[in-house]
Amino acid sequence: MTFALLLLAAMVLAGAVWVVTLRNLFRAALSLGVVLLGVAGLFLLLEAEFLAFVQILIYVGAILTLVVFAIMLTARLQGTPGTAASPASRQRVGGALAALALFAVLAGATQPLLWPEAPPAGAVPLAALGQQLVTRLILPFEVISLVFVAAIVGAIAIASGPPGGARPR
Amino acid sequence: MSVRLILLLSHALFALGVYGVLTRRHAIGLLLSIELILNAAALNFVLFSRAFGHVEAQAFALFIIALAACEAVVGLAIVIGLARHAHTVFADQVDLLKG
Repeated sequence: MTFALLLLAAMVLAGAVWVVTLRNLFRAALSLGVVLLGVAGLFLLLEAEFLAFVQILIYVGAILTLVVFAIMLTARLQGTPGTAASPASRQRVGGALAALALFAVLAGATQPLLWPEAPPAGAVPLAALGQQLVTRLILPFEVISLVFVAAIVGAIAIASGPPGGARPR
Repeated sequence: MSVRLILLLSHALFALGVYGVLTRRHAIGLLLSIELILNAAALNFVLFSRAFGHVEAQAFALFIIALAACEAVVGLAIVIGLARHAHTVFADQVDLLKG
């Protein structure tokens, strides 16, 4: 268990570092896939099998595919790395300092806390989750579906060209 | 099960996402970093659901994943709109609203 945890943690951390540092955006997107798979593995370790499945299905299956499509659609504007068309990232030192400070503050806030040493015996059953979603949490559940519709309509409206089809280039 | 270790991992994921948001110039790079941040939050929720036996925490992790999907869809649509109208994908070169 601990070995699997450490392995997944190393996978997630390495992938996350690649996501934010790699100059090639396509490779950064693929590293995001590594991170997402690692987090799904952690969900499995935490006995949230349904969420692990949802994570793989939605993130790796849908979002990552979309991101790769968007990267390929806009590849013409990216320029080759290292040239004037693709300038280096900004404020590396300041960003690293800010992220380190944030990490220190978060770790300092949560590490001294007392956590339950032995977790509850049984994991959260999937049936209980489904029941909560259609009883107590019905309002956020329905709001999410409304947000989905709004996001889809908005995305189509933004990404589609001007009416008529012909667009000036 | 080590709650502290996974918490540290999620903090690191969050901090790396913030670093990416601060330093990336490509708009899709920004989106990727935001996905890291959202994943750190979802990981926290699932961890607490396991540690305290809460069902609601898993439901909220599910909501986070759903909202992340919405955010990615709208964000990528904006990037494609930007590429079409402003002819750039770099977040600091967009000055369509500048007078």
